[in-house]
Amino acid sequence: MLETKDILETINMIDNENLDVRTITMGISLLDCIDEDIDKACTKVYDKICRSAKDLVKTGEDIQKEYGIPIINKRISVTPIGMVAAPCQSKKVVKFAYALDKAAKELGVNFVGGYSALVQKGFASGDYALIESIPQALSETDFVCSSVNIGSTKAGINMDAVKMMGKIVKQTAEVTADRNCIGAAKLVVFCNAPEDNPFMAGAFHGVGEADTVINVGVSGPGVVRAALAKGGAGKDITQIADMVKKTAFKITRMGQLVAQEASKRLCVPFGIVDLSLAPTPAVGDSVAHILEEMGLEVCGCHGTTAALALLNDAVKKGGVMASSHVGGLSGAFIPVTEDAGMIDAAQNGYLDITKLESMTAVCSVGLDMIVVPGDITPEVISAIIADEAAIGMVNTKTTAVRLIPAIGKKAGDELNFGGLLGRGPVMPVRQGSPETFIKRGGRIPAPLQALKN
Amino acid sequence: MKAIITVIGKDTVGILAKVSDACAQADVNIVEVTQSVLQDMFAMVMLVEIDKSNIGFEQIKENLDKVGEATGTKIHIMHEDIFNSMHKI
Repeated sequence: MLETKDILETINMIDNENLDVRTITMGISLLDCIDEDIDKACTKVYDKICRSAKDLVKTGEDIQKEYGIPIINKRISVTPIGMVAAPCQSKKVVKFAYALDKAAKELGVNFVGGYSALVQKGFASGDYALIESIPQALSETDFVCSSVNIGSTKAGINMDAVKMMGKIVKQTAEVTADRNCIGAAKLVVFCNAPEDNPFMAGAFHGVGEADTVINVGVSGPGVVRAALAKGGAGKDITQIADMVKKTAFKITRMGQLVAQEASKRLCVPFGIVDLSLAPTPAVGDSVAHILEEMGLEVCGCHGTTAALALLNDAVKKGGVMASSHVGGLSGAFIPVTEDAGMIDAAQNGYLDITKLESMTAVCSVGLDMIVVPGDITPEVISAIIADEAAIGMVNTKTTAVRLIPAIGKKAGDELNFGGLLGRGPVMPVRQGSPETFIKRGGRIPAPLQALKN
Repeated sequence: MKAIITVIGKDTVGILAKVSDACAQADVNIVEVTQSVLQDMFAMVMLVEIDKSNIGFEQIKENLDKVGEATGTKIHIMHEDIFNSMHKI
């Protein structure tokens, strides 16, 4: 029989340390819904999503009840709509967003991701119209998430797309200014976007994927922090890394079990488990607090990047043995507004955008959920995207930018979304104009790292 | 399918009896029980078979919640696999 202490440890993780499965995400290919007539295509999209995912929410709830593991989100990711919209004569691409939103409401899922375009090397037919429609799509729908991949290690960085996205991010915030600029929180700009990511807002279903697939994202910063708090005193860094690994193993095994069970019950192939430590604004569910538990006075002080690198690496090493297929983003997330410790550190001036930028070189994503002043220019947003994409391109890793220009607010004010998206102070950005650099357009050539053959 | 019932709380007379009674009424077979009392905190772990139960998993869970409320303890019932996968390689 199982050891009592192990059983009680699991119960304690769930009851007191916020252990949960963050998301079961069903990836659905929409390649067979392509049609020249946009209305027909939208009907096919709606029908296919509703058909493929009709049992997703119920299955998630059933597994939650039987296994006693909270499953927070049930989500859907689809083929980048830029591709699906390519042959459509009509330029009213936003109709696809309505179809996705309608399907999400019908099924009761939390989000549907994939209002996306992959333009790392250039714009194909459909991509341009899709990107132009993002502000309207995110303003007029509730559950649709959007992402645009503007660079990769293999392709370099598409600076025309970078220039465009600065404008689009700003516009998206502007058209949702009456709702805390929420549109911008549903829009991610990627470099090296993964095709099997179950996390929002950046999830989409890559073209190399199966027709439908189940991907699971685990969570559990609270569990890692608690393990360090209980056993970390007096230990050296090697031992700390070991403790993180062991905890990550347990968390991931749970994710693997849920993924396999969901895959079996839904008769949909299992894709990957994403080993990310995803924080929430809840007390005790913070990545920043793990770093502080390692011995930093506050997240953002010198030493933060090293501690985060250790954490990110140990999470992967522990998780990789626990799952048969690992993918997605897999690492520690640092979304400022969604992490109680990061919010505090930012409010007290310990964490600024430049420190966050250096942290993104060693964690799994990028500048995530950062509130910037409402009068930020599109060129500065583009330049922040370009910097972040350069880090991803050179280091052969995913980086992303999800900035929220807080329209009508200035540095020091606060923006409050509520719920999982949290709240955060408006952070100042650096002075000086990158306008001429951004307006050049063109492409940053792929780095030498791309030439591996 | 096997499930694990855990009961955690302040030790009082008759907890084991009440939980066992809830199991018996639902035709849930108790395979193994271990319990420990540390100071006056009570922790009991039961391995049970629920395949032949006359009510659904959800109903068993609800009934146990009621026992928990009545005895001032926290009772969980969870599929055995969750513990096996987390603690065994």
